Amino acid sequence: MRIRTRAGVWLLYALVAFVFVYPLWTVVATAFSKQQAKLGALMNVPHGITGANVSQAWHLGVARGLLNSMIVVAVGLTLQLTVSSLAAYALARKRFKGAGLVMLAVLATMMMPEEVIAVPLFQVLGKIHQPFTGGTLVNSYGGLILPLVGWALPVYVLTGFMKRVPLELEEAARIDGAGDFRIFWRIVLPVCRPALGTCAVFGFLMIWDQYLLPLLVSQSPKMDTLTVVVTSLQASQEQGEGVRLAAVLILAVPGVLVYLALQRLFERGLLSGSLKG
Amino acid sequence: MTARLYRPAQPGTPATADGPLSGRRRPGGGPAAKPFWRRLGPWLYLAPLLAFIGVFKVWPTIWGVYLSFFHVRPYLGNQYVGSANYSKLFSDPDLRTAVVHTLIDAVFAVSGSIFVGFWLAVLLQGPARHVRILRTAVFLPTVIAMVAAAELWTTLLYPSQYGSVNTLLGKVGLGPEPFFSSPHSALASVILMQIWKNAPYDMVIFVAGLASIDREMYEACHIDGANWWQRLRFVTLPALRPITTIVLVLGVIRGLRVFTDIWVSTNGGPAGSSESVVTYLYRQFSENNDTGYAAAIGTVLLVVTMVLTCLMLLWRRRGDT
Repeated sequence: MRIRTRAGVWLLYALVAFVFVYPLWTVVATAFSKQQAKLGALMNVPHGITGANVSQAWHLGVARGLLNSMIVVAVGLTLQLTVSSLAAYALARKRFKGAGLVMLAVLATMMMPEEVIAVPLFQVLGKIHQPFTGGTLVNSYGGLILPLVGWALPVYVLTGFMKRVPLELEEAARIDGAGDFRIFWRIVLPVCRPALGTCAVFGFLMIWDQYLLPLLVSQSPKMDTLTVVVTSLQASQEQGEGVRLAAVLILAVPGVLVYLALQRLFERGLLSGSLKG
Repeated sequence: MTARLYRPAQPGTPATADGPLSGRRRPGGGPAAKPFWRRLGPWLYLAPLLAFIGVFKVWPTIWGVYLSFFHVRPYLGNQYVGSANYSKLFSDPDLRTAVVHTLIDAVFAVSGSIFVGFWLAVLLQGPARHVRILRTAVFLPTVIAMVAAAELWTTLLYPSQYGSVNTLLGKVGLGPEPFFSSPHSALASVILMQIWKNAPYDMVIFVAGLASIDREMYEACHIDGANWWQRLRFVTLPALRPITTIVLVLGVIRGLRVFTDIWVSTNGGPAGSSESVVTYLYRQFSENNDTGYAAAIGTVLLVVTMVLTCLMLLWRRRGDT
């Protein structure tokens, strides 16, 4: 009986792995297979190894898309973390009139999901002119990045974390004559490194995942992010499945790498804020 | 923690328990005047966030409400139409279908994910090494971009006999099924894909929930001679109920704005059979050039989302006390 239960459990393990992980492997296998897969088919093992699909996808816009996505993530995430940690410092460590109101405003933005305000946002972006080029934010990196900066999740996570940093730490620095910003930069922020890591993982995935915003903002292949490139490859089927799946693979890999590298931070964040998205 | 330090003494507690800063903030007296720059301080830190939220969240929201009263004509100037967009909205049969699809999708995808996620958690809970590795692997669908997942699933569910799932079905004498390409199964296929992508997320939440259940409860079960099912029914499920409700409610509210999943996998089709509210909204904007109508749909969806979120927060607050 015991043995049969153990075997049953391992059978379930295999089933779960097959359902949730195996499809991802078939993408890898098909993308690197020398022999092209039939339309709609995925391969269990690659038939001959080749990088041709990847390089063809690379030339069909994936290179540009990847570059754009990386620029958007790098700049967007830096701004998001900077802006959120500054705000969190004030919300967690200062007492002032209107703090509750600000918290409420941040909460309210959680109820303004980008999908719902996307169309008016697009028009607003068309009204804002950039300082040097004179063009609007439509079809620009600014338009792809700036709407993503104000996000409630990192503000909440960092505020919660900073509230738990002992006050003595700050007072000791103040006695030593450190100014407000110096305390924030040199004392509070370094202590918050784990929370910042958590926010970075979530922020990365959130920005990498963006689809509707670049679909609206980007007006030329030059500004397409990777998600938009991947969906536009779908339309041109003559390259075969391999090329499309190679592009899908390139889109999927960064999220997987970030997750595997920072798994501990990720799960902590997932549980601390039961808010999703 | 810090808030408690600053809080003025409660009436009824001895006045000797003065906080460290009680000189500045006396019970009954207002706060002593701070120099101007000290009062400005917090706002300097908040300014960037408030600026970003103001320009890219609040302004578009207000602009959307404004637009919803207009017939938007590029180059010709907007034409005020009063509440015409709203009366159109309430009598639009296509939108009504989209609302029904969205509700079906939200409820079934979220409850399906919770169901699958719960059983995954039961199977994969615990600190053993092989279970931890498997948990990490199973979580991968959650971290890949939605667009990548949708592209993968359009291939997995390819409607010919060569499609992966149809190959499997063929081996047991079923299929080939049309999945995304038939009006009868498109929405169900989307839900299947969403469960695949979201169930591992719920699994992690449930694994933590299971780990926090008091071990003594299980020991008591053992002593009472409860079987596996009774233990699940009377200990595990009641303990997980609060967290399940939160996941369910948040998931459904979030599900109301589903876009990418559907736009990439079925594009709302075939024949509108998987159109959701936001894909319909986007189509009004991008294909019908009816920006005012799209803004009206967005405004109503925003109001619904806000009302539901506020209700949930109120209900949660009541649950806390």
